[in-house]
Amino acid sequence: MTALAHLGGAPTPTAPPGDRDATRGSYRLLPYLLLLPGAAWLFLFFTVPLLQLAAASLYDPAGSLSTGYALTWAFGNYPDALQAYWPQFGRSFLYAGVALVLALLMGYPLAYAIAQKAGRWKNLLLVCVVAPMFTSFLVRTLAWKTILSDNGWLVGLLRDVHLLGPDGRLLATPVAVVLGLTYNFLPFLVLPLYASLERLDARLLEAASDLYASPTQAFRRVTLPLSMPGLVAGTLLFFIPASGDYINAELLGTPNEYMIGNVIDSAFLVRLDYPQGAALSFLLMAAILAVVFVYLRRAGTEEVL
Amino acid sequence: MRQMGRDAGPAGDLRLADLTKRFGVFTAVDDLSLTVPQGSFFALLGASGCGKTTTLRMIAGLEEPTGGRVLLGDRDITRLRPYKRPVNTVFQSYALFPHLDIAENVAFGLRRRGIRAVRDEVTRMLSLVQLDGYGPRRPAQLSGGQQQRVALARALINHPQVLLLDEPLGALDLKLRRQMQIELKRIQTEVGITFLHVTHDQEEAMWMADTVAVMNAGRVEQLGAPADIYEYPATPFVANFLGQSNLVEAEATGLDGDDLLVTAHGSRFAVPVGRARSRHGRVWLGVRPEKLQLVADPGRVPDGRNAFRAVLTDICYAGVSTEFLLRTGWGQELSVFTANADPDPRLVPGAEVTAHWHPRHSFVLPRGGEHDVPAEETAEPVPDRLGAGT
Repeated sequence: MTALAHLGGAPTPTAPPGDRDATRGSYRLLPYLLLLPGAAWLFLFFTVPLLQLAAASLYDPAGSLSTGYALTWAFGNYPDALQAYWPQFGRSFLYAGVALVLALLMGYPLAYAIAQKAGRWKNLLLVCVVAPMFTSFLVRTLAWKTILSDNGWLVGLLRDVHLLGPDGRLLATPVAVVLGLTYNFLPFLVLPLYASLERLDARLLEAASDLYASPTQAFRRVTLPLSMPGLVAGTLLFFIPASGDYINAELLGTPNEYMIGNVIDSAFLVRLDYPQGAALSFLLMAAILAVVFVYLRRAGTEEVL
Repeated sequence: MRQMGRDAGPAGDLRLADLTKRFGVFTAVDDLSLTVPQGSFFALLGASGCGKTTTLRMIAGLEEPTGGRVLLGDRDITRLRPYKRPVNTVFQSYALFPHLDIAENVAFGLRRRGIRAVRDEVTRMLSLVQLDGYGPRRPAQLSGGQQQRVALARALINHPQVLLLDEPLGALDLKLRRQMQIELKRIQTEVGITFLHVTHDQEEAMWMADTVAVMNAGRVEQLGAPADIYEYPATPFVANFLGQSNLVEAEATGLDGDDLLVTAHGSRFAVPVGRARSRHGRVWLGVRPEKLQLVADPGRVPDGRNAFRAVLTDICYAGVSTEFLLRTGWGQELSVFTANADPDPRLVPGAEVTAHWHPRHSFVLPRGGEHDVPAEETAEPVPDRLGAGT
C-alpha cells in the first residue's frame, strides 16, 4: 500500500511553467489509470461474485434450484453448517498444519542449499523445484495414488521392513492425504524462502562467527530472522491453499479423511445446497483470515504487512 | 574467554609463522612470518591482491591456512574455529546485522557468550565511539561513518586480544576518513588493544601505525616504523609504494672513506655506506623528490652535494607544494617537490636547471631482475619503464 502513497505526489520539476498544472494533473491521474483495468477485472469477477456468494449464504435453506431461493437473511445457516461439519473443519487445519511442518522440515534446508550452497547448479535446482508445476495438479495427485497404492513398491518396502503390518496400507489413510498436500504445495513454500535466503549476505554469517556465535547460534540469531519475510510468505502460500484443498482428500483419502473443501464441493455440485455451500465458504475464509492474522501477529514481522 | 585480553602478559604477541595460503595454483600468502607486538598499532600495507586481507582472514579464522601457524602468545590458534578465537574483526563492509538495533548489534558478542547484563557496557562502548543515544536505531538509519563506528564498538566490546581492521575506512569520503583516523588512534591508545590494520592507503598506514609491514605478492617486503621505511626503503617496490622515489640505474664503483661511490650515466654520486643495501655491481640510486633542490645557476650548488643537470619539462602546482618534472641528459624523467615559499622566477618549463641533494638523503638498493618492478598503481617514475630507453 505504501507504493501508492508515493505515486500520488509525483513532482514534475522539469515541466515548463505554462504546462505545469496540466502536466501535474495528468501525473496525478496516471496511477489510477494504471489501476483501472485490474480494478475493473477484480470488481466484475471477484467482488460481484463474492457479494453474490454472501447473499447465497443467507438464502432460505428450504429453497432449492428447482423451486428457487429467497433471500431471508437466514443467519442460522452459519451455526447450522458449523455444527454439521466442524470435524471436517478441524481436519482441514490439522492436515494442512502437519503438512506444513513436514514441508518446512524439507523445504527450509532445500531453499537454503539452493540459495547459498548450490553455486552453478542454482538455476537447475530451481527448475527442478518448479518443474512438477508443468503437469496438472490432478495428474500429479493421481501419480501419488499409484505410488502409495497397496501393491506399489513403497508399501511393499514398508511392509518388508515392518514399518507397516502385513495388511497395512498408505492409500486411503490420513498419511496419504498429508503426504499429498506436502508434495503438492511444497514449491509455494520453497520459492519465497529461496528468494529471501538468496539475499542473505554471507558476510553477516562471518561477522556472527567472528562475534562468538556457533553455527547453531548464527542460524538462530542471523539466518532465521533474516529469512523471516520469506518464511512468512511461504508459510501462508502453503497453508492457505492446503487448508482449502479437496483434491488430495478426494483422490488419496476416503470420506473419513474429507476436508472442508470436499464438503463445499459436494454442497455445490452434488447436494446442490447452495446456502450451505456458501456459508461454509465464508466460514473457511473467516477461519483462514483468523489463523493468518494470529500468525502474523506472532511472527512479529512488521515488514510483511 | 573474556578475561584473556586482560590477563595476557607481555606474551600476548600475535605471531604468524610460515603462514601460507594457496587458492588452487594462486599463492595468496607466501610463507609469511611476522610478529605483531601486544598493544601495538600495526598496519599491513599493500596493493589489492597482495594477500593482506587473506592474512587477516586467516588470523580471524575465516580462512584456513594451507600451511604455517597462527600463534597468540604461546597458544596455537591455527585450527581454532573463528567463534572460539579471542580476536574480533571490523569488516570492510561493516557487516552490521540489519534486523537488530544498534544496541543489540553492539551487544551481539557478549550475548553469544551468555553475558546477560550488557546494558552498561553497550552504553559505555557507544559513548567511546561517540554514538551516545543511538542504541534504539537500526543500521540502515545511520550514515556510513556512523555504521563504521558501530562496527568498531561491536568488536571492541568483547575486549579482544587483537582487533583486526579490514580496510575499515575504505568506504568513507576523504574528510570523514581523516576524522576516523584520528578517532581510531585515540581509541587504540585508550583501550590499549593490539590493532592490526589492513589498508592500501600508504598515508593512512604511516599516519596511524607504530609499525608498518609493506606486503607484495603474498610476502612482506619491509617491516618497520613508518619513518624508517620511508627514509630507507628496502626494495624498489617499497620505495615507490610508500611515497614516491627517483630511482636511477647505477653501478657501485668503490668506497671513498665512509661513502660508497656510484656511477650513473657518466656522473659520480656519493652515498653514505650506512645507506647502501648493496656495495657491488648493479644498483639503484634513489632519492626522494622532496629531498632534491633546484637551482638555475650551476655555480650555486654547495660543496659536498650530489648534483645533476636537467631540463625542466613541467610544473604542477599543488597548493602546499609544487612538483617539478625534470628530463635528465640520459632521458629519464625525475621529479622534485618544493614547498611553496619564494619560488624562483627562473624555474620555468624549458629552463636548464641543476638538481642537488645531500648524500645522506640518497639510498642504494640492489638492482636485480624483473620482480623489482613496482606495482602499476604506484606513483611515477617507475624505474624499469624509464630505464628502458638507455
